[in-house]
Amino acid sequence: MNWKFNEKNEKKFQDLLKRYPKKDSLTLPSLWMIQYQDGWICEDAMRYLGQRLDMSPMDIYSIASFYSMFHLEPIGKYNIQVCKTLSCKLRGSEDIKKHIENRLGIKAGESTEDMKFTITEVECLGSCGTAPCVCINENYIQNSTPKMIDDILDGLK
Amino acid sequence: MIQKIVSKNFDVLDSHLLHVAKQNGRYSSLEKLFSMSSEDVLDAVDQSGLRGKGGGGAPTAGKWKLIPSPCDKPTYLIINSDESEPGTFKDRQILEYDPHLLIEGIICSSYAIKSHHAYIYIRGEYVFWAKRLQKAIDEAYNAKIIGKSVMGHDYELEITLHRGAGAYICGEKSALVESLEGKRGHPRLKPQQKEPEWFFGNPAIVNNVETIASVPFIIKEGFAAYRAYGTQMSPGTMLFGMSGHVQNPGIYEAQFGESMSEFINKIGGGIKDGKKLKAIIPGGSSTHVLKADEIEDITLDYESLKAHGSSLGTGGMILMDETVFMPDVVKNLFEFYHHESCGQCTPCREGVGWSDKLMGKILDGKGTKKDLETLMDLSFILNGKTICVFAPSVAHIIDSYINKFKDEFYSLVK
Ligand SMILES: Cc1cc2nc3c(=O)[nH]c(=O)nc-3n(C[C@H](O)[C@H](O)[C@H](O)COP(=O)(O)O)c2cc1C
Ligand code: SF4
Ligand code: FES
Repeated sequence: MNWKFNEKNEKKFQDLLKRYPKKDSLTLPSLWMIQYQDGWICEDAMRYLGQRLDMSPMDIYSIASFYSMFHLEPIGKYNIQVCKTLSCKLRGSEDIKKHIENRLGIKAGESTEDMKFTITEVECLGSCGTAPCVCINENYIQNSTPKMIDDILDGLK
Repeated sequence: MIQKIVSKNFDVLDSHLLHVAKQNGRYSSLEKLFSMSSEDVLDAVDQSGLRGKGGGGAPTAGKWKLIPSPCDKPTYLIINSDESEPGTFKDRQILEYDPHLLIEGIICSSYAIKSHHAYIYIRGEYVFWAKRLQKAIDEAYNAKIIGKSVMGHDYELEITLHRGAGAYICGEKSALVESLEGKRGHPRLKPQQKEPEWFFGNPAIVNNVETIASVPFIIKEGFAAYRAYGTQMSPGTMLFGMSGHVQNPGIYEAQFGESMSEFINKIGGGIKDGKKLKAIIPGGSSTHVLKADEIEDITLDYESLKAHGSSLGTGGMILMDETVFMPDVVKNLFEFYHHESCGQCTPCREGVGWSDKLMGKILDGKGTKKDLETLMDLSFILNGKTICVFAPSVAHIIDSYINKFKDEFYSLVK
């Protein structure tokens, strides 16, 4: 097993240990650190985390796979998450999704061949008042229109 | 109609920064707080009648009193900032525009329940808001507003921000605690009698962001000032939301007891593009749908919504105009619940998926009357037989939509 936290994450891990009654609480924060470090969560990293937290790799996998934001496979550099829940749907999320699919030539749930873009349909982003909402990686695009999406995608390297 | 208590600083430029927040009254309740005993603070919140704003409307002080006293274990306050109920986007306004109000509320509330460590569980998607809140927490630590000695008083308080990772069910309070303990977010079986939550075996209270943000006003101005707003049974104010086919979607604070239709028309500007209102989901997707002709007498408070067969929920109203076809709405909601079931209980795991599939079949024009009846039977299976109220919410969707818009559903089947 070669995987380990980089220096910054190791320090963060040590700091967090002091902030919880038991180290079990560190699963989610650690999975986040792994995902930030690699872009996704590989098996090796889950084994490593199991050792750090005295849990079996299976426990870690079971937890990681429960949460939809953890990627257990590599995904595109830009994850375009289109909200499909009711308030967004009433305000045209379907058109936004189709526009992005047409532009990139892939369907929701797929990645472009160069792994630059992934389209994901997600549930309510807590942005219903500024629907339709799209989230590219970690940035919310509110009251989104096809033109806004185009402008943003044009600017992504 | 607008009544600003929690949202008072939302329009103030840079109100998320400590020095601006302080100039605008933040942390000004603390002097009075520390002149009171914990018991007095709890009593003030009790007298104010403050009710939880995360959806259930449970009396806040009643919950706090569940902490055993005296208590030989550490006690925790856990702030529910999971905000994932479709139609709900109010807590993030507090995090964005007035994070110091939340921190002030955490200090007041922790002091009342004699807790020295608070956790804020924020949904994973709220990256911008988590960063903003963490910055405010850091500022508060540096200014010695929190930490070893809160504002120089003999009282220690730590605040830790904890990020979720995309699971609606983690908003349910016991699932949230499980998740905070590092596990899958599975709701726990409810005890026979009322109990606090248990965080690694220690008593813990879970409260919504807005609930806690309402506490400083009560401490500073007194419970009577809070009770001056709202109704006898639903005192105070709430951040109401409007989304969907409304002219001015957004979050607006109002006192309880305002007329729903006036609120929609005056504040919301009515239905978008001059269309007619068809239906409204009053407080997040889990609350019973109401037809336009049902809302005339409804006032925005727990009792009125309950009397009309729905509930106030999170106050996040979703409005739908005359062009909306209700079976499409139900399919959309089923997909949400299908995706979000935690999978522990068989009726929920299988029943919600089955409902979703059946609805898909019916919408494809391949359904029969029998399928609709099966759907209604599924409602029976989903209701009251599971660990948490997630499955019953789906049952309520089946019942309320099919009953109220029967023709639309029957028009699809042979
Ligand atoms: C399925 C489900 C999802 C919930 N989601 C949330 C949520 O996102 N935020 C929230 O504050 N409460 C949510 N709740 C309510 C919580 O269980 C809990 O009652 C609330 O956080 C208590 O705080 P309050 O008394 O201050 O409202 C949810 C409940 C259920 C059953
Ligand atoms: S009712 Fe559904 S969401 Fe709730 S505990 Fe059971 S399976 Fe999980
Ligand atoms: S429905 Fe899309 S953000 Fe809530």
